[in-house]
Amino acid sequence: MTIVEQIITSFIASAAFVIIFNGPKRSLFHCGLVGMIGWIFYFLLETNGVDMVLATVIASFTIAIASQYFAKKYKTPVIIYSVAGIIPLVPGGIAYNAMRSFVENDYNLAINLAAKAFMISGSIAIGLVFSEVINQIIRKSKLKTIVNKTH
Amino acid sequence: MEMEKQETYDIMAVCLLAGKIMLQSGAETYRVEDTMMRIASSFGAYQSHPYVTPTGILFSVEGNEPTKTKLIRIVERTTDLEKVAQVNGISRRISAGEFTIEQAYKELKKIGESGSPYSLWIHVLAAAVSSGCFLIMFQGEWRDFFPAFITGGLGFLSLLYFHQLVPIKFFSEFSASLLIGLQALFFVSTGIGGELDKIIIGSVMPLVPGLLITNAVRDLMAGHLISGLAKGADAFLTAFAIGAGIAVIFSFF
Repeated sequence: MTIVEQIITSFIASAAFVIIFNGPKRSLFHCGLVGMIGWIFYFLLETNGVDMVLATVIASFTIAIASQYFAKKYKTPVIIYSVAGIIPLVPGGIAYNAMRSFVENDYNLAINLAAKAFMISGSIAIGLVFSEVINQIIRKSKLKTIVNKTH
Repeated sequence: MEMEKQETYDIMAVCLLAGKIMLQSGAETYRVEDTMMRIASSFGAYQSHPYVTPTGILFSVEGNEPTKTKLIRIVERTTDLEKVAQVNGISRRISAGEFTIEQAYKELKKIGESGSPYSLWIHVLAAAVSSGCFLIMFQGEWRDFFPAFITGGLGFLSLLYFHQLVPIKFFSEFSASLLIGLQALFFVSTGIGGELDKIIIGSVMPLVPGLLITNAVRDLMAGHLISGLAKGADAFLTAFAIGAGIAVIFSFF
């Protein structure tokens, strides 16, 4: 039941975010799909005891691959898809709790949470960049074979 | 000679317009620079150097005559992914040789002047729905869906309103998150809502600078250090404004 709930809400939330960012209407469905895939990966890993940071890296990597697939297929900038996917992973909850602890003078807990939020934002970035690197390696290796053929 | 000079200036005008629209709509720096260079080379200016930062674009074209350089200033930045996609499409068509310089300029101008594809109320509705959905995604209860829906929608509406009132981003984000905190407090104290934390986290999500964070990191990794740091600072300021607005609620109640 929870998983169905999560699938539906993550799809709607990601698609709604694309509307807030004025995304193209024809890509709404695909953006929702990218967001859903990323969130379900994260959710399943996290509820099965995988570390939050690692789960975020894997989820953002998946998002980046899915976005690059859609970007190539529909000849649209990749950013439209990746932004929609990334939004659910942004550590809003942790950053919020950190802020709250700061205000309640519990600095130890606040610094703890802030460091965690920072780690998670970093791991989102690592996942994105990692897939970009792989994408470029694939593209370069394809280019090389083309160059070799023409020479 | 005079003809050639004029043509170079025309090419630069098209490139700068394309760059300006993309940058104002929230495209990554590398995409802006790449698009400008592609357009320039498809019109025959093979040596061009765009230098793009979030607050301005420097563009110079080398040729047989002395090098020409232009600078434009970017003041207003919003998020409009549709425009990024449209300019990208125009650039592809220019590369394919479908446009003359004048046609390209006209098309770009049309994109630049076009408004948002969605009306204000659709935006607010989207913010409201996504707030409710985020509440469920963060393991909230279904009975809190309605409070988060209202809080998120009104919070986003107030962000747009305050931004129109005083065009300082920090102020509008701070006031919007303050209002979100107040509404969540109201819902919880009247017994309509259950968990204060979950309602606030869900409703604040539409204000979170997710696009800026992703762009900042991608720019940094691509070697656009100045843009990356500037966007990172922008994202940090937004996060700080939201946090401060919520913090005010906690220190008073």
